[in-house]
Amino acid sequence: MLELHNGPLSVNTILASWYDHICDKNYGAFIPFVGIVRDEDGIEGLSFDIYEPILNSWFNTWQEKAREQNAYLLMAHSRGDVPNHTSSYIAAVVSPKRKVALKMINDFVEDFKANAPIWKYDLVEGKRVYAKERSHVLSGSGLLKADA
Amino acid sequence: MAKVEFLGPLGRPSIEVDIANLQELKTFFKDDKELQDWLAICAVAVNDTLVCDLNIPISKEDKISLLPPVCGG
Repeated sequence: MLELHNGPLSVNTILASWYDHICDKNYGAFIPFVGIVRDEDGIEGLSFDIYEPILNSWFNTWQEKAREQNAYLLMAHSRGDVPNHTSSYIAAVVSPKRKVALKMINDFVEDFKANAPIWKYDLVEGKRVYAKERSHVLSGSGLLKADA
Repeated sequence: MAKVEFLGPLGRPSIEVDIANLQELKTFFKDDKELQDWLAICAVAVNDTLVCDLNIPISKEDKISLLPPVCGG
């Protein structure tokens, strides 16, 4: 399950709906991760652009990996502006037993950071500043750069 | 004409180009000084699949996307 929301995530509502969705499916473990925007370096919040076609295929590949281990992935992410001290990202894994879900939530979030086609901006004095130094180059980058 | 879209912080409107492969797109962009800095760090997708081969044939219905470095969450 992949959800995209405009603005900050309503954490209580999303987690409650996910719990309602999975609680009767005989999973023994529900491991959520909630990302909260921190007040640091004078930012007012973060802002996000998302390229949905590739995000969907990336997520579907992970969902298939989860299915092979009898697990199931849930993820929600914000589009647009997200103020400090609110949430922009929630991921969760459910599985019959905890060890699969505990390992998968770490692997999933790490791969999300490295490969999900989402662009982050700091909000500074109401303007978006691309977080270039904190961003990760994708596989094959530089293909179209002119030869030196 | 194939469509080229500039995603995220690239912030440019899409363009249409008449090219047979990605090598020709590389040549098309070679004198765009501002874009060259971005191209060094951009990945390339054809019809929403990341690619790493300049010889991939491009047809007029194809969509080419340039993806700068990412950081979700």
